Amino acid sequence: MRMALFWIFSVAALGSAVGVVGNVRNPINSALNLVVSMLALAGLYVLLEAQFIGLIQVMVYAGAIVVLFLFVIMLLNLRGSGAPNAETQPLVKLAGTALVAGGSYFLVRVLATGRAPWPDVDPDYGTTRAIGEALYGDYVLAVQVAGVLLLAGIIAAVVLAKKRLE
Amino acid sequence: MGDVSPFQFQVVAALIFMIGVVGVLTRRNMIVMFMCIELMLNAANLSLVAFSREIGDDQGQILAFMVMVVAAVEVAVGLAIIISLVRNRDTVNIEDASQMKW
Repeated sequence: MRMALFWIFSVAALGSAVGVVGNVRNPINSALNLVVSMLALAGLYVLLEAQFIGLIQVMVYAGAIVVLFLFVIMLLNLRGSGAPNAETQPLVKLAGTALVAGGSYFLVRVLATGRAPWPDVDPDYGTTRAIGEALYGDYVLAVQVAGVLLLAGIIAAVVLAKKRLE
Repeated sequence: MGDVSPFQFQVVAALIFMIGVVGVLTRRNMIVMFMCIELMLNAANLSLVAFSREIGDDQGQILAFMVMVVAAVEVAVGLAIIISLVRNRDTVNIEDASQMKW
């Protein structure tokens, strides 16, 4: 059962990630592929018993970030621009492919060396309660800094997107 | 967790990251490039959560949560920059925005 779910979510995440990159006609299609990828990743998080992170993934990424993307695409009314440019890009493409191939090989070699079994964890591992207690206990300073960062980001977004500063 | 090995999750994360890298390197549409950056951040998050489960500690999940916060801020600011760029230049092709100042 876990194996089947793992394969379903992995194939969905990888296939829609390819869809984000490979779709050259319309950025909206890329954004919709991104939603599928985010939701599949949320499923993988739940498989890893990280329920809270899976929930946040659905709400923040699939719910807020992709909607923001779609909102901007529709606001700017963009049509299929920015397709891969064959004339100026061969070197970059070659470098990218080499990087990806080398990186994949390296990762597989490094990760294949140690394969520990999954340890047993507490029943409340990864629940909202456990993560919340950690966030507001040991990591309360990080949460406060994240709050300040969010405030700064909101102000910066408003200032940057404004037509004219007075 | 039985039959799925931690290694397989790391491979999925690495592949999603690679797809994101290829997207940033090949696509010229700023918004799609930005989505590919989000893909890479998500791949890193998956790796963090999988390692966190592998060692049976929830610190990796806290770090993944913080990555999500930073990603949300980054999207808001980045899209605002793209909006003002499009207002000034009327294009989302990254090649047309190669100058620091105009």
